[in-house]
Amino acid sequence: MIVDFVRITDSAVYHDVHRLYDPQGDSLFSKARMLRSSIMLAVSALECHRGGRRLFAGVGFCLGAGELLYLHGPNGAGKTSLLRMLCGLLPPAAGEICWHGRPIARLGEEYRRELCFLGHHDAIKEELTPFENLSLSARLAGMRLDEARVLEALSRLGLAGREDLPCRALSRGQKRRAALSRLAIDRRPLWLLDEPFTALDAAAVNEVAALIGAHLEDGGLAVLTTHQPVEITAGAIQRLALGDEAESCRR
Amino acid sequence: MILAVIARDLRLALRRRADLAAVLFFFVIVVSLFPLGVGPEPERLREIAPGVLWVAALLATLLSLPRLFADDFRDGTLEQLALAPLPLGLTVFAKVLAHWLVCGVPLAVLSPLLGLQFGLSGEALVVLSGALFIGTPALSGIGAIGAALTLGVRGGGVLVSLLILPLYTPVLIFGAGAVDAAVNGIGVEAHLSLLAALTLAGVFFAPWPAAAALRIALE
Repeated sequence: MIVDFVRITDSAVYHDVHRLYDPQGDSLFSKARMLRSSIMLAVSALECHRGGRRLFAGVGFCLGAGELLYLHGPNGAGKTSLLRMLCGLLPPAAGEICWHGRPIARLGEEYRRELCFLGHHDAIKEELTPFENLSLSARLAGMRLDEARVLEALSRLGLAGREDLPCRALSRGQKRRAALSRLAIDRRPLWLLDEPFTALDAAAVNEVAALIGAHLEDGGLAVLTTHQPVEITAGAIQRLALGDEAESCRR
Repeated sequence: MILAVIARDLRLALRRRADLAAVLFFFVIVVSLFPLGVGPEPERLREIAPGVLWVAALLATLLSLPRLFADDFRDGTLEQLALAPLPLGLTVFAKVLAHWLVCGVPLAVLSPLLGLQFGLSGEALVVLSGALFIGTPALSGIGAIGAALTLGVRGGGVLVSLLILPLYTPVLIFGAGAVDAAVNGIGVEAHLSLLAALTLAGVFFAPWPAAAALRIALE
């Protein structure tokens, strides 16, 4: 199923969703329960200001298990800001982000335990080897991994034989691969990926796309921004446009 | 998970031994310059020793502070730490402990050697080292606030000094006071107790404002 451009501004749908999470009428109750089981991430009327300018307003979407959301938009449209809002690093100027019907600001750690964020920066320590980097980020995510699984994850991203080199000896793309190898071990339901495919070659792009596909098939959720046309063959794909594209879409 | 953060920081410090060496070398050089500048009279040297050693330790700590969060901030690790299922305050606490282990402890271990240059007695040397052991965690803790507040600011190093040095004065007063008391043969317990109180307060309360400052820096 492909739903194109589900950006709905001030739409009744999101008000409904909002109300359904806080059920009052009996008639709504069964539907609310149904929705609560399928919709995991619900965002409504989100607004973002950066540097005194309004980047976007009235952004809303709902994401259920096994669904992928593509964020589109030109540079500076606020894709990264939206992702940082979704992971709770950036408080929204207005609007609400709910995880299982509860605002993420109130969930705090409980929410952070469920999410995996990959930003512009690789979060790779140059002094450490890919092996150490990966085992470390696994431990920070609360996972205890045996050596074999770490090595397997690294070799999936084509870093076999380089797991013991300090990362400063790796190329830009290899560092990105080392950062993305986290996806091969991560079992948390919500993935927020900011331009995961930059600096990767075609083989690595396919591998990462396969990882995302497998994650969706397992019932995970993913939100990703990318400028590259990448085939991900699993789950339901939603698209959300920010900035000028959204304007043209509305017209 | 706190242990994971500490182990990580220690491992990084070991891989970057030059940074650690620079801090210790600075400490040694500054302290060694004083006898050369002030002259060799043992009486006068004994008098200035506590102050000189403590001020040098303060400055050496200050030198290492800007990197406490800056590297993690630059390569995106700080974002990941902030998103880890651990309160950011505890992460900062772990980083403060790690900073003390790679900065405060070597300073305390090295200090008796330098104290010898000032003709300090054996007892005074022990008190000096002990006072540094007790007091330097407070320096790391309070310093974390300054490092977090100046994160991503140009000229952050100077700003850290301006912010943090005034807050270091109580530690300096009681730290140097303890050594001074030992030199003059008075009881040191009162000074050390106050120093320990400062350390406990610094290490347990400082991580939270530091964490708040980090969250603002990450927005």
